[in-house]
Amino acid sequence: MTEEPWLDQANNTPLVQIRGVSKKFGDVTAVDNVDLDIYQGELFCLLGGSGCGKTTLLRMLAGFEFPNSGSISIGGQDMSTVPAYERPTNMMFQSYALFPHMSVERNIAFGLQQDRMPKGEIADRVHEILKLVELQDFKKRKPQQLSGGQRQRVALARALVKEPRLLLLDEPLAALDKKLRKQTQFELANIQEQVGVTFIVVTHDQEEAMTLSTRMAVMDAGRFQQIGTPTEIYEFPQSRFVADFIGSANILQGRVTEDSADHVRVDTELGEIYIDHGQQVSTGSQIWVGLRPEKITVSKSAPETPGPNQCKGVVDDIGYLGEVSIYKIRLDSGTIIDATAPNRIRPMSRTHAITWEDEVYLSWEPSSPMLLNT
Amino acid sequence: MQGTRSRFLTVMITLGMAFFYIPMILLVIYSFNYSRIVPVWGGWSTRWYEVLFFESPEVWAAVRLSLQIAFVNATCAVIIGTLAALAMVRFGRFRGRTLFGGMLVAPLVMPEVITGISLLVLFITLQQLVGWPAERGFTTITIAHITFSLAYVAITVQARLTGMGQDLEEAASDLGAKPFKVLTAITIPRLTPALVSGWLLAFTLSLDDLVIASFVTGPGANTLPILIFSRIRLGLRPDINALATIIILVVAVCVAIAALIMYRQHKRDLRDEQLAERGGG
Ligand SMILES: Nc1ncnc2c1ncn2[C@@H]1O[C@H](COP(=O)(O)OP(=O)(O)O)[C@@H](O)[C@H]1O
Ligand SMILES: [Mg+2]
Repeated sequence: MTEEPWLDQANNTPLVQIRGVSKKFGDVTAVDNVDLDIYQGELFCLLGGSGCGKTTLLRMLAGFEFPNSGSISIGGQDMSTVPAYERPTNMMFQSYALFPHMSVERNIAFGLQQDRMPKGEIADRVHEILKLVELQDFKKRKPQQLSGGQRQRVALARALVKEPRLLLLDEPLAALDKKLRKQTQFELANIQEQVGVTFIVVTHDQEEAMTLSTRMAVMDAGRFQQIGTPTEIYEFPQSRFVADFIGSANILQGRVTEDSADHVRVDTELGEIYIDHGQQVSTGSQIWVGLRPEKITVSKSAPETPGPNQCKGVVDDIGYLGEVSIYKIRLDSGTIIDATAPNRIRPMSRTHAITWEDEVYLSWEPSSPMLLNT
Repeated sequence: MQGTRSRFLTVMITLGMAFFYIPMILLVIYSFNYSRIVPVWGGWSTRWYEVLFFESPEVWAAVRLSLQIAFVNATCAVIIGTLAALAMVRFGRFRGRTLFGGMLVAPLVMPEVITGISLLVLFITLQQLVGWPAERGFTTITIAHITFSLAYVAITVQARLTGMGQDLEEAASDLGAKPFKVLTAITIPRLTPALVSGWLLAFTLSLDDLVIASFVTGPGANTLPILIFSRIRLGLRPDINALATIIILVVAVCVAIAALIMYRQHKRDLRDEQLAERGGG
């Protein structure tokens, strides 16, 4: 298997094919005409705010909901008439949905028993998976006798033990506290690598999606805004929504003044912005430009040569976050631009440091500005 | 301020309790009265208990009949009521769902006299048309009791089902359990507390019922309430006081057992919570 199967579509058939899928609940369109291919071995994240239809899409893959239109196939098999209990998928529920009247061991064995697997083999598999999630000592306990983190691992083990072709995880880490969540993110990615099962993870936490995923889809109001690797989504967002939703961005309206194969010039409030790579735009069109705060350099000394990709402003506010500081720079027009800079030197003496009401110069690399069409 | 309010509450509670319990205490005391005439004190005696135990076979026949009816009624009501609740909560929207839901609870608000008369009309009509039920008694009373008990069971189970959500059933189905297996392995065990309380409720309702049973019973079939009521009509009787005392005792024991079970459950929950907190890892 290649590292990036989605780039080599000639040699890889997707494990999951979603074609024009819509789902309505009464007047609410939860999922709106969605297309998606997911390949064997991926850890795919569905990222979006609350109520944007992530869970609904996942539930359609699991077989708890059926699309109003469009089709879903898993492993080349059409799923439109296949009930949940016959699908090659398993789901880890946001609530974990552990059976409270069964011990950890019996919870995990439940799925294998449905396949009429011999008892000895069930015991072996349960033992293996308990080892993987490090819960051997807790197998006799009931779910309500476990901590949140342990319950989360039981839920994962129960879904994994059947070795599904596709594992669906609905906000798997949302119920954990922040520290445990960070740690568990890496564990989850490790486990996925070890077992090699394709994961689809629903999350509303962009940091989680960035850390976990091979690819992700940004969802809004039932539609996909953009699909790509975390780097693509962060560095090359295609819309204002994505640029703003993932990380933060200064977004400026502008007009394209020059459009050629290897560069683009845009006229904005920040003066002329020069982008050193070609883009799908046309001269004269209205457009938006995004600039990430960490890609802007703030300096007290004026640039040596005048030119594009620089402007002047006054420090309006500074937020000291420890590792970085956020500078709010007021332009002549009154617009505020955010820029961040790492605090590489301990600011003991503040003489050289940038402070309130200082006049500063902003500049950025010609590769940094992001053109946003919508 | 705080003081007056709590004193007021104490007085009200004491009065309420007194109003509730003094009659029962009187009843118990009079059951040990030697005299045949209830309000006349003739000294302590267990005479009426002896009469009750050794010379009143008809009382024990009534007790047995009542218990049999209550048992069969509760069991049937739990089965049918649970199925009705499942239909209401789990089968989504089907045609006539609202009507079905309304009809399910109608017996709760229907005056007992009406229920009694209508069932009597039904049984008489049936008897003339198909010759069944040949005589009124155990069968007819049981059927009548099931009709209203199942409404209570359905409501109890419906509330529990709604509160439970569908996650666990979906999880089971996701793990490969077919619908019937989901029902037996997940839904029913999860419903157990509601089924038990529904069963007990149906059992008590049946033991309690006088009005409907009087309508649909036949000659010779006396439930305990019918027997007691028919005797009381001829005046207070000391042996009935003895019987009532025994019933109070049985009820008290049952309540104590229930409290004990609840206390144990509470302790188990506390222990689980502690385990979960200490769990770590
Ligand atoms: N069973 C349902 N009945 C009615 N509306 C629903 C149902 N499930 C989801 N919805 C609606 O569909 C939309 C998307 O929900 P959901 O997929 O749960 O969002 P997310 O998981 O992204 O927060 C919401 O507006 C929600 O209210
Ligand atoms: Mg959700």
